[in-house]
Amino acid sequence: MRYSYYPGCTLKTRAKAYEDTALSTAKALGLSLTEIKEWQCCGALYPLNTDEIFSFFSPVRALLQTRAAGEDKLVTLCAGCYNVFKRTNKAVREDGELRRKINAYLEEDYMGEVDVVHYLEVLKNDVGFGSIAEKVKKRLTGRKLAPYYGCLLLKPRAEMDLDDVENPTIFENFLNALGATAVSYPYKTECCGSYLSMANEEIASAAVGRILNSAYKNGAEAFVVACPLCKYNLEEYQSELLAASKDPQLKLPVFYFTELLAEALAL
Amino acid sequence: MKVITEKINYNLLREVEEVSGQKVSACFQCGKCSGGCPVVWGMDVLPHQVLRYAQLGLVDELLHSKTLWICASCQTCDSRCPRNVDIPKVIEALRLIILRNKGGNYLHPNDLPARVRENAPQQGLVSAFRKYAK
Repeated sequence: MRYSYYPGCTLKTRAKAYEDTALSTAKALGLSLTEIKEWQCCGALYPLNTDEIFSFFSPVRALLQTRAAGEDKLVTLCAGCYNVFKRTNKAVREDGELRRKINAYLEEDYMGEVDVVHYLEVLKNDVGFGSIAEKVKKRLTGRKLAPYYGCLLLKPRAEMDLDDVENPTIFENFLNALGATAVSYPYKTECCGSYLSMANEEIASAAVGRILNSAYKNGAEAFVVACPLCKYNLEEYQSELLAASKDPQLKLPVFYFTELLAEALAL
Repeated sequence: MKVITEKINYNLLREVEEVSGQKVSACFQCGKCSGGCPVVWGMDVLPHQVLRYAQLGLVDELLHSKTLWICASCQTCDSRCPRNVDIPKVIEALRLIILRNKGGNYLHPNDLPARVRENAPQQGLVSAFRKYAK
């Protein structure tokens, strides 16, 4: 199975481990991910205002490159990129006026032909979690992991259709295929504070504290994420929350889901 | 209650509705947005109140609200809204009214927390400066 691949800025730097393990596991599973040749930052956030179109150009250029390469699917890893690409593609498909403006500016004719998929979706729909379970060499038996979805993979409900917004299960099913135990806890989709950690740390820290406590009290030993910013927030405030907490064990490492897949496939 | 019509800033209200693409009059104040907002405790005007203020034309008051900079656009509220009002878009429009004015930036690179310079993912920096500066 062949795909175009869009890494995004963080995957080449702070989240290198995410990219490395995604690419090595894809190879082991017989998936061909080809990085598109020229890409820019996707903008990190989908524009929420109606009066600018510049933010759409970078994702549309990447989608055009996917089409030019003869591929019909573009794979993303970072939850931020996934959100931007999926929503942009949907907007181009459904909003004729926006599509006309973007194409007029870029002198192109993109109609939304390419499908935007997250690597997690590729694993679920194209490889199959059952097939992954058969390929696992080192089962993660006894590992109690807290799937943390965050926001960008799932929301808004009307535009992202990865999974149920209130009670998603794709991460749980993935972890079960690796032999691990997916910890059930109520804060798995609660926002980690996102970019508030760049300007309002006390708000982000408190948001993280509630997620951390919830996962810890339900027996989690670590978090599993798909977003570099979620990982940063969950990791960054742990030491000070730990200092303020009565629970001496309150220290949960944060893994990208691909790191666990690589471990289970013994790569 | 005395209704004072002179206070309503129709121009700003029209701008908010145009930039956000949302009709603030659609909100019937059920409060589901504020009930589920993960950072509501840090806000001075709660999400459902943002829409009420906007309905009443009290946009100038909203422009002085801390809430604009606390909303993380996580989209929990609009995914639950029974009237399909995209509140993060309304808040975005209010933020843009400030940011698009000279001197309106909320965040300057010199103000970033020290640990951000060390460890922050690019995704976080790009996100923050798209939300907090122009």
